[in-house]
Amino acid sequence: MARALINLPKTAKAGAVIEIKTLISHPMETGYRPGPDGRLIPRNIITDFVCTYDGEEVFRAELSPASAANPYLTFTTVATKTGTLRFTWTGDNGFSQTEEMGITVV
Amino acid sequence: MRTLTERRTILAGGAGLLAVAFARPGAAAIVRPTREATVEAIRRFTGGAPVETGRIRLDMPPLVENGNTVPLAITVESPMTEADHVRRIAVFNDKNPQPHVVTLHLGPRAGRAAVSTRIRLADSQTITAIAEMRDGTFWSATADAIVTLAACVEG
Repeated sequence: MARALINLPKTAKAGAVIEIKTLISHPMETGYRPGPDGRLIPRNIITDFVCTYDGEEVFRAELSPASAANPYLTFTTVATKTGTLRFTWTGDNGFSQTEEMGITVV
Repeated sequence: MRTLTERRTILAGGAGLLAVAFARPGAAAIVRPTREATVEAIRRFTGGAPVETGRIRLDMPPLVENGNTVPLAITVESPMTEADHVRRIAVFNDKNPQPHVVTLHLGPRAGRAAVSTRIRLADSQTITAIAEMRDGTFWSATADAIVTLAACVEG
């Protein structure tokens, strides 16, 4: 399990636009870098990130080797109702991680 | 007659030199995509639709000390309603081994078209961000960065 950091407000007013910050620890090996033996280290990156709000997709990102290590993404969404936000990262070598955060809408 | 032959030799030699001059950029393309690769990647994203300048803002530091992690912020002027919103934002580079940087999918649920991430830059270059709107129009912005420590090589 990679360490993931997610920052979003615990409570929000209905209809308010909230900012979500996400960071996951991952080397994002580009596949263009030679290792100690002089051979290229095979590519190992996170290719997709999806954020769903109560099952509905609100944000998606397709990453490439040009994304920095420990991919950091910030985006916004409208706080519609109290519910769960699910964050999923998937990538090379079967990498997959899902985190969940609740939000209370008043 | 003799002068003519000499002239022909010189002409042939000149043509040979010209061929070498043209072969050079082709050889470099194997190492790293040239501008054409970026143009091709952008064409694949837009589907050949015209790209206009404006509505999108790309914030990146002009002088980058470490190309391994460069902050990038993108904002698009859009009401983000069901009828008028940003569908996708794609970022392309000019000199990294691959032209594509990131593609972001947004929608009316985003509320605001404001995203940020961190990218790698292998060289001093121009970054292009293109936004696709709900009505099918494309808007672009570019930013230049001077990189002192390149990603991929040292990092």
